[in-house]
Parts: sequence; structure tokens; C-alpha cells
Amino acid sequence: MSPLHVCLALSAALFCTGLVAVLVRGNAILVLLGVELMLNAANLNFIAFWRFGPGGGEVGLVFVLFSIAVAAAEAAVGMALVIAVHRHLRTIRVAAANRLKG
Amino acid sequence: MILAAAPASPADAWLERAPVLLRDALTGWLPDALRPWVAALLSIATILGVFGLLFAYMTLAERKILGRIQNRPGPNRTGPFGLLQPFADAIKALTKEDIVPRAADQVLHFLAPVVLVALSLIGLAVIPFGRNLVAVEMEASVLYFFAAGAATELAIFMAGWASRNKYSLLAAMRALAQLISYEVPLLLSVVPVIVVAGSLSTTDIVAAQGGWAAGLWPHWHALTPWGFSAFAVFMVAALAESNRSPFDLPEAESELIAGHLTEYSGFKYALFFMAEYLGMAALSAMAVTLFLGGWQAPLAVLEFIPSYAWFGVKLLLLLLGFIWIRATFPRLRIDQLTRLSWKFLVPLALVNLINGGVWAATADWTGAAAVVRWFISALGVVVPFIFLARSLSAGYGPRTYRYASP
Amino acid sequence: MTLLLAVLALVCLVPAVAAVLVRNLIHSALLFVLAWLGLAVFYLAVGAEFIAFAHALVYVGGVSMVVLFAVLLTRPGRVDPLPPPSTQRAIGGVAAVALVASMLGSSIFWTRLPSMEPIPMVSLRRLGELLAGPYLVALLLVGLILTVALIGGLLLAAPRRPSEGGDA
Repeated sequence: MSPLHVCLALSAALFCTGLVAVLVRGNAILVLLGVELMLNAANLNFIAFWRFGPGGGEVGLVFVLFSIAVAAAEAAVGMALVIAVHRHLRTIRVAAANRLKG
Repeated sequence: MILAAAPASPADAWLERAPVLLRDALTGWLPDALRPWVAALLSIATILGVFGLLFAYMTLAERKILGRIQNRPGPNRTGPFGLLQPFADAIKALTKEDIVPRAADQVLHFLAPVVLVALSLIGLAVIPFGRNLVAVEMEASVLYFFAAGAATELAIFMAGWASRNKYSLLAAMRALAQLISYEVPLLLSVVPVIVVAGSLSTTDIVAAQGGWAAGLWPHWHALTPWGFSAFAVFMVAALAESNRSPFDLPEAESELIAGHLTEYSGFKYALFFMAEYLGMAALSAMAVTLFLGGWQAPLAVLEFIPSYAWFGVKLLLLLLGFIWIRATFPRLRIDQLTRLSWKFLVPLALVNLINGGVWAATADWTGAAAVVRWFISALGVVVPFIFLARSLSAGYGPRTYRYASP
Repeated sequence: MTLLLAVLALVCLVPAVAAVLVRNLIHSALLFVLAWLGLAVFYLAVGAEFIAFAHALVYVGGVSMVVLFAVLLTRPGRVDPLPPPSTQRAIGGVAAVALVASMLGSSIFWTRLPSMEPIPMVSLRRLGELLAGPYLVALLLVGLILTVALIGGLLLAAPRRPSEGGDA
């Protein structure tokens, strides 16, 4: 196994963990955290291929920086949504938020 | 004359090189492979020892100074002038019973003080304490410092939540709100320094502040208009970050008993205390590094005093300032606290960001143009300050006092 | 190098898995923080120093605070009893994830990756030049996104009228 393999395996495992959080746990906050974890997995792939891959310059690094910034924005908006949903429905189960009409 | 006898470069002075020589003497006999590891251990031990002692005597100094300001002597029974008081306190904390509430989250309740002390310490690794005295040299050390410091409030949250006590939980919420509010101005006030110095490394930032204008005025960032504004914002945010009065809302003893510390006793309580002082010292050390020229001497004539002594003097001055502020200002309310951050400090820091950028872009102005440059920068500080302060205090009439009639 | 990375990968993965499995939301969030810290250390070991610190600053310092705040503000009241664990849903989810995992795993381990030497580190200055040069537009757009997200988050989370503010 090469370092690249380890990175990719960790990335795949993190992605699957995030997917479990999104699909199995019905809690909106955990769903958001799962999405964050999946984004992290993608970032890790960029870093792995930047460092150990066939070489593509520093684009991978720059992309990860932007990805982190956007993930922060996503978390902020996501949590605001969760709080808004909780105020309306008094619950943060994703399954409960099934009406378009507020 | 002493000055004539001084060596040509202050970097070569014996006192200046003493710590490095001592390290080399201690590690010189080791095989090459081991040497960096032992040197790293030595620097860790030194930092722990120096800042441990600093913590011990800061508590004493704080109690003494608070006492003097409140017109009482302060601790004076243990040893001469109460000088052994910190050790008496330590023995007392160690021998006290350690009580953990039955309903508490046992693991988190135990972890919180440990994590807090660890996180408060690791930031010190990148501070250049003297000319060659930086434990870890990194390209992005400023970023490292703030990444390490950002997690301390998390430990306070852990303490508050794990105690299963409503006062502690309220303290945890307040700690989070305070952190989210004050992390922003803290980081924003550092950005212009990075822009002007052109580096994220603490050693480079200190090096950029070397030299004197006209042989008298040091090139410290705090002595420029934009830098002074950034320094002020940084210190206010640092006060809030280290949970010191007047921003000690998480442990406001008049409202929340002791906030997140309510359910802690004995040595764990002492650890929290230690973390508070270490965090304060770390942030002050960063302020010295970023704004007060780090280990640089204020005058060329004074360079015969070794660099680490200058660093220590500046650090102690800032810490005494913290104590003075604690004795002087009343505690803010939580809404006043967040308002001060979002409506005053953040806009001020944002404007200052532009100001710092202009300063960096006009770096080659000399002569009369330098005066214009200073004027522009000062204008960029004073005008926003006046407008923001007016909007912050809008709606408050002049204060009226009513005295009890004799 | 491979061994070190494998150990660090475990350090990062165990809290992540635990975070998804525990029932207590606060524990879950704190375990996520631990996983993010582990990932930052992993980045450091791989050699992406700047990314590691930025990651730690944003996730441990920022996202975790927002998450904990959201957890505390949305604690289930008396109206909402704990949702019954749905085994059907869990089985379906796990099956789907297992499928994805097997696909990813097989494609990773049966692909013969080119074994390249690690490329030299990128200096911070170079990164800054890239961000201020070719990627300037993207940088400005990200700033715009963050501003919009900040304002949008405020509008979403703020109560419509102060009178019906709820228990938040």
C-alpha cells in the first residue's frame, strides 16, 4: 500500500460514515454534520492527489481552501435553517418537515 | 563607557546568546539523532516552568493589586509580603476533596479542565520570546496560534454542559455566544498586520518591526495609526476571549454562582484557574509579538539589554493592564457584549483592514509624503471611530447622578 | 510514511464512526470535533500545513460552535418525544451505504495507482500569489457567498416578530 492508498481509503471511509449519518439518522443536525464529513472526504482526496498524485500543480490546494470556505457558509445557513424549522415544528427530525405550507 | 565596550552587533552579546549556549551545552554530548528531540523537550520544559511560575505569581500580583486598588492589603501572611501565598494555594487545592456530581457526564467533566489547559499551552509554541527563542518555527505560525486558541471555548462549553447544572449550562451558552462574537474582531484585527508585514510567520512579523524612524520612533505596529486601532481592537477581543472582567460573563459570580466552574472543586478548579492565566498570557504574548515589536528594544541605546528581557517587560506590562482593567470596569450584560462586538469592533476592524492595505501600498512614500501617509491613516482611524461610537451610544442621554442627601 | 498515515487515519476515523453511532447529540457533536482535529493532524502529516490550520480554525473554531449552539437551541421539548428508532429505515440506509462502500473500496484497492514521489511543498507565498492572481475572481466570489450566507443565516434564524419569538 502506498500513502495515496491510505489517503483514498480514509477518504472513502469518511464519505461512507457521512452517508450513514445522512441516510440512517433522522436528526437534521446530524444530517448536516454528515454532509460536512462528506465534504471533508472530498477535500482529503484533493490533498492526496496534490501530494502523491501524478502532479497537477497547486490547483488541488486552492480548491480545498475554497471548499472549506463554502463549507463554513453551508454550516451557518444549515444551522439557521434547523433553528427556523425547530421554531415552526418544534422538532428537528427531517421526516417531520414534509409540508411546503408553513 | 559601557556602550563603547558593547560588541558591534547586539545579536552577538553574551547575554543574548546565553539561552542558546545553555541549550547547546546541555544537548551537545548527545548523538545527532537525539539532539533535536532533547532540545524540543528542553524548550517545552522551559515554557512550562516559566509560565507556571508566571501563573503562580500573577495570581499573587492580581490579589495584591486588586487589594491595593480596593484599599486593603491583600494576602500578606504567608512568607515575606505574602510571597509564598501561591504555594500555599497550590497545596490547599491539591489536598481538597474532588467532588463530581452524580448526574454529571463523568468523562466530559473530567476532560474539560485537562483539554482547556492543554489548549491554552500549545499556542505558546510559536511565540518568539527572544532573538533565537522560538520553540517551533513555522510558515503559518499566526494561523496555528489562532487555530489552537479557537478551541478553548469548546472546553468551557464541555465543562458547563457536563456539570448538569442549570447555571453551568447558562454559562456554556454564554461562552459560545461570546466566542462567536469576539473571534471575528480578534482575527480581523490581525489581518492588517499580516498584510503590512507580508508574512504569517511570527519571527518575520517581529523582524518587520525592527529599526527606528529618525532613530527614535520604533517601527512597532502599535505606534502607527492603523496599528494602534488594530491593537486596541485586539486587546478588547483578547479580554473577551480569555473570559476576563469586564467580559467574564460565563462565570459571572453575582448571577451564575460561578458559571461553568460551579461543580468543580479541588485541583480541577485550580486547573481552570491556571488555564485562564495561561490563555491571558498567551494572548498578551501574541499582542506583544504582533503589535509591540516582539523582543525588539524601544531604543537603539537600550539594545544591550537582552531581547528576552524586553519581551518579558512588555508581557508583564500588558498583564498588569489586564489586572487594572479588572479592578476598574463593571461587567457587561450579554446583549451589550454582543452589540459591542458586532456593531463596533467588527466594523472598526473591517475599516482598519482597508487602512492597513493603504499603508502597505504606500510603503515607499518618504519625506513629506510620509507625513501625508500618516495623516491618511489617522483619518482612517478617527473618522470611523467617531461615527461608530456615536451610533453605539445613540439613545443614551447624559448620565444623571442622584446622591443621598445628608 | 504509510504506517504513520494509517495510524492517523484510524485516529480520525474512529471518532467519526462513533459520532454517527452515539445517541447523545452533544457527544456526537464533540466527537465530530475530535474527528476534524484528527483530520487536521492528517493534513499536517501529508504536508499541507496551511490547509491543516485553516481547517482546524474553520471547523473546530467556527462550525463546531455553530453546531453546539444549534443543538442547545433546538433541544426536544415536551411536545416532541424521542423519535422511535426505525429499523427498516436503518437497514435500508446501511444497505445503500454498504453498496457505495464496496464500490469505492474495490475501485481504490484494485486500481494500480502510479507511485509518484511526493511533489515539493508549496510555499505560503506561492499560495497567496495564486489566490491573488489567477483565482482572484473565485476568491471574491467566495467572499460574496460568505457575506450572503451570514445575512441569510441571520434572516432565517431571527424570529419574524419579537412577540412570537418562541423559546429560543
